[in-house]
Amino acid sequence: MIEIHKKYLRWAFYLAGLVILLLVSLFLSLSVGELKIGFSDIFRILGQGNDSMEYTILSQIRFPRILLGIAVGGSLSLSGVLLQGVYRNPLVEPYTLGISGGASLGVAFAIVFGLHQFIGSFVLPVAGFAGSFLIIFLVYSISSRNGRINIQSMLLTGVMISFIASSSMMLLMAVTSSENLHGIIFWIMGSLDEPDMSLIYITLILAFVSLAASYLFVQPLNALRLGEEKAKHLGINTDTTIKLLFLLASLLAGVCVAVAGVIGFVGLIIPHLMRLLVGSDYRILLVSSFLSGSIFLVLSDVIARTIISPNELPIGVITGIAGGIVFLLMMSRTSSKSLKTNG
Amino acid sequence: MSSIILNIQHLCCGYPKFQLSEINIEVSKGSFSGIIGPNGSGKTTLFRAITGTLSITSGNILLNEKSLRSLSPRQRAQNIAIVSQFIDAGEISVEDYVLMGRIPYHSRFSFFESEEDFRIARKYMEMTDTWRFKDQLMSELSGGEQQLAAIARALTQQPELLLLDEPTSHLDITHQVHILNVLQQLNQEMGISVLMVIHDLNLASEYCDRLILVNHGKIHTQGTPEEVLTFLNIEEVYKTVVVTQNNPLSGKPAVFMATRKVLKEIQEKTANRQ
Repeated sequence: MIEIHKKYLRWAFYLAGLVILLLVSLFLSLSVGELKIGFSDIFRILGQGNDSMEYTILSQIRFPRILLGIAVGGSLSLSGVLLQGVYRNPLVEPYTLGISGGASLGVAFAIVFGLHQFIGSFVLPVAGFAGSFLIIFLVYSISSRNGRINIQSMLLTGVMISFIASSSMMLLMAVTSSENLHGIIFWIMGSLDEPDMSLIYITLILAFVSLAASYLFVQPLNALRLGEEKAKHLGINTDTTIKLLFLLASLLAGVCVAVAGVIGFVGLIIPHLMRLLVGSDYRILLVSSFLSGSIFLVLSDVIARTIISPNELPIGVITGIAGGIVFLLMMSRTSSKSLKTNG
Repeated sequence: MSSIILNIQHLCCGYPKFQLSEINIEVSKGSFSGIIGPNGSGKTTLFRAITGTLSITSGNILLNEKSLRSLSPRQRAQNIAIVSQFIDAGEISVEDYVLMGRIPYHSRFSFFESEEDFRIARKYMEMTDTWRFKDQLMSELSGGEQQLAAIARALTQQPELLLLDEPTSHLDITHQVHILNVLQQLNQEMGISVLMVIHDLNLASEYCDRLILVNHGKIHTQGTPEEVLTFLNIEEVYKTVVVTQNNPLSGKPAVFMATRKVLKEIQEKTANRQ
């Protein structure tokens, strides 16, 4: 009988480990920066209230970034793990389907035509979200016939539309002024710097609601590990499941790109690492991908804003480089391990 | 209650270039039936129609007198379990794989397997002799072992009807016989009805009490192995010269084929005698 619960104990252990890691990275992010604040001082400053400069830095600058990092990292990673489950393809990530291409095009459009000068800075996230949603709608309607979607053709459609979107964006970049060009490039590279607190809260709430919603699909996702037809044999309504999960994953990624710009690799690498670490049962994979995505992005942000302090590097650069290296290391370790066991 | 578990009436279905037409089959409760026929005859199409993967153009499939179409996917999975030809479960531990058979019984909100789920899975893993692999990954098992795990998973669904698509193809004779023995035992001891697509005519004859011979999208003959496996039927459907004789051990018909070389030699001998 003890045998039986071993799996659940292991899950609890992973979960506890990830929560502790998230707390550690949270404190690290609060403490590290141009102005270093010791771990023990953090509580004291926050307890004292609102007058000191340290308090302002913590509550107005670092804390919002952490919240957004948790929301965006978790969402991108969750979106990736859901899409990989739906497509049964480990190379799919939110951006493969053109979500980032669409958002970038929307933002480029808004900047080039000066919409943000007329309407206000709020227009960029809205344009990003509209762009990504347009692309999702296009991909979805092109690949759905008679109410059913062919997931393989959907993937190809997504890749093609993504190309069209990014080429159109380059066209806009080629014809616009250098000032606009700088704005577009800066936005594309992604940042957790978001002045609008309400936008941060919306993203955070959406992230956690989506995590909870994704757990309603945990049985279908597990069954889909065997393939669409076999999942049907297990009594899963695969058509509905695939549609809803695709929409959920796209919405998450669309919101993230709209708020924080294009932060690549999180949706691809974190689910991969988690599969290697906790296994591919979605009951543990969903939450652990979410948490480790949050940890990864909060830590990447620490690196992005300290490594060439007082300047800040685009966070997308850090996630790409750091994520890629960590992933290659993990891959080579696991493949040498499996070679040993096979030999 | 009727004694018919699966009743296929005037079934027509298929693809633009291949159609099944006027299929009528009655599978009795507790029977062990085999669908046989040459490649491309429509065996798999028929199988896919019964499993609900392929939609039906006309006709009806009744499970316990209820139309399959009126059942929800979950209800269907609680009554019919399917073992496909290719298992391809990958990086899942054997126990987790078998436990997936409980998915049709779980609600959307159930998160952990119950003690009963574990108990049921263990029971059928022991029955199929796969309990000893429980912590191994599916991809680490041999073809025959994977097939046994798939049968354990199907049984964990606690179905009334077990459908198998060529469960013994790609296996050596030891595993073929082992798997069919397991199925026979389940059929006899637990009363599970078995319907399988099978290529090997002699295995079909030995294990099935009823055979359905399919050809060109239609049923050619159905009945007991003795009624179906006559040399006339087989030569007509498979376009191969055969001799049938009863297996001296079981008394069931066994099919022996004649190669071109042997046929030529026989012809020469007869010519010489004349």
